[in-house]
Amino acid sequence: MTPAEDTAPHASKGTIRVLQLYPREMNIYGDWGNALVLRQRLLWHGYTPELLEYNVGDDFPEDVDLIVGGGGQDSGQVVIQEDLQARAEQLREMAEDGTPMLVICGLYQLFGKFFKTKSGPVIPGIGILDVETVGTDERLIGNVTLTSSEFGEILGYENHSGQTSLGPDVEPLGTVSKGAGNNSKDNHEGARHRNVVASYLHGSLLPKNPAIADFLIRTAVERKYGAFVPGTPDDDFARLAREHAARRPR
Amino acid sequence: MFSFTVPLGKLVRAVSRLRGGGSALPGLVVEKIDPGFMQRTLSSLPHGVAVVSGTNGKTTTTKMVVELLESQGLKVFTNRTGSNFTRGVAAALLGEVDWRGRLDADVAVLELDEAHAVHFVNKVPPRYCLLLNVLRDQLDRFGEIDATALLLQRIAERTTGTVVLNREDPRVARIAAAVSGPEVLYFGLDQSLRSTFPNDDDMRAAAPGTSPLGDVPASPEADVVLRRVGADDADFEFDGTRVATHMKLRGVYNIFNAAAALVLARSITGASGRPGDAAKLVKALSEVAPAFGRGESLTVDGQPLELVLVKNPSGFRLGLKSFPAKGYASMIAINDNYADGRDMSWLWDVEFDSLREDGVEVLTGVRAYDMALRLQYDEVRFGSVNTDIPAALAEFIRGSAGKPKRVFCTYTAMLAIRRELSKITTVEVVS
Repeated sequence: MTPAEDTAPHASKGTIRVLQLYPREMNIYGDWGNALVLRQRLLWHGYTPELLEYNVGDDFPEDVDLIVGGGGQDSGQVVIQEDLQARAEQLREMAEDGTPMLVICGLYQLFGKFFKTKSGPVIPGIGILDVETVGTDERLIGNVTLTSSEFGEILGYENHSGQTSLGPDVEPLGTVSKGAGNNSKDNHEGARHRNVVASYLHGSLLPKNPAIADFLIRTAVERKYGAFVPGTPDDDFARLAREHAARRPR
Repeated sequence: MFSFTVPLGKLVRAVSRLRGGGSALPGLVVEKIDPGFMQRTLSSLPHGVAVVSGTNGKTTTTKMVVELLESQGLKVFTNRTGSNFTRGVAAALLGEVDWRGRLDADVAVLELDEAHAVHFVNKVPPRYCLLLNVLRDQLDRFGEIDATALLLQRIAERTTGTVVLNREDPRVARIAAAVSGPEVLYFGLDQSLRSTFPNDDDMRAAAPGTSPLGDVPASPEADVVLRRVGADDADFEFDGTRVATHMKLRGVYNIFNAAAALVLARSITGASGRPGDAAKLVKALSEVAPAFGRGESLTVDGQPLELVLVKNPSGFRLGLKSFPAKGYASMIAINDNYADGRDMSWLWDVEFDSLREDGVEVLTGVRAYDMALRLQYDEVRFGSVNTDIPAALAEFIRGSAGKPKRVFCTYTAMLAIRRELSKITTVEVVS
């Protein structure tokens, strides 16, 4: 089987502009995988993807349909922080307006209200998500399984020392059955608000969780074109990779 | 001073070898009974101790340094079992010391992974250290790469004589600023080769060399510069002279680490500025063979089978670049055991376009289906997927008869593959 055969030339059903937020600094572990999955699945569904990048100091592209952002080193977060604050208003409006967004790890934290670092200083977030993060000495590392009412079982890998707690204005992405998730106290993982999906399942969350990828794509297409006409991506290997991943130790 | 430490440790070592057990147990026993044993034994060496650390290339670089020093007539103690942590060093020492605890060597060259190196240098301050690179590897063990760079800095701070740094890796080059006592030497790359070695900040950066870390000191003079890499030769420049040499080692990253090994060997032997010694060093360098699994070539059914160890995105990218797919049958073996790193995200930071034309015959390892999914998204064709390594290897060999073969494998997958191959061909035993 080759995926290319599934995308034999048909007239495109439309163009979706996918923006990667700060890919230069916020790409700690496999984040490119999320952008790649969105690009390929858009193709497999019969749409034309346009992959855009926004880095510190760039002009913010117009007509963005979908936003994806990743995790970074502490040093990377410091570099983008000021620029992110300058874009806060715009990103908040887009989120409230229903633009689908996926933010992982570092950008999950900065999309919240603040990140109080271990050494004391408080990094302000942009407040799209009603969450607060506190740096700790404990690193939460390992395979994670959670259950979400929207997406079913979600599989991934976490690696973070910031512990996040949710306020009343967000829902958790899911309930953890293996691993830690947002913090070591409750059993929540990630956050949901409007069409924003936030998670600690770092880097390449979407390859093994095509349901989340298709939610982001469907939402982007519906907002732009009214209706989403899905294609038939071959998800056999995603299913098999999930089965094998679910059997691995924490 | 006579103590029971050495005889007891040697006894434990002999017994654990009979049991076929791990190489670290006797070291553990000795550490518990006589914590000063290692420090006492190593500090008596005339040229002291050299520590080699960093993410990629420790084993091959250490092997090169050892062979370079031996070519100059030095007796070298090294931890060549690959048991690269403190107890492993103590265990290796037990195999070499006489019954009075004396080590017959001029210098010790030790490969240590970042975290264990810090424990080691706290016990035994080294005279030399060689710091290769900081790349994303097993972040699940070390946290973030900035934290890993700090570990390397601790090693440099404890070093008493000479610190050798990779000029082209911003996180390593910056360590110079933290070192006040010892001499700092660099190994470097020709401008034309720098794009071949993306560091982790460049991985998705538009302009290579832009670092989010802020100011990297302006490029300092390097003691040895790699000027050019050919198919089986390379040019190095030092003491103002460019020297061309044949190389048995394969892979551009190995050849760059050869520049690193040259700097350290020149420093230990005092060969800088002595042309006769330099020629001997380069000759020795040209004869270094790859360490096991690092581009080593075996023979199966009259055809070469190459094993290429891949354990992080930079290593995999360089592996694909160094060993072109054309004309080869390929297999990829991905495990996620502790020694491999449990996290599979790294596969998404490697681009597999270079395999698109020829495809991949067989995918195997515990996470074979993660690899299949990765290739599906890069539109690379693959044949069968089988998590069982012996069965997959047999199928690969059967299915690609008459073709040269290459296996990209993670660490524990490589061990399993070597074990299988040793049943059908000659595989060097690594004790």
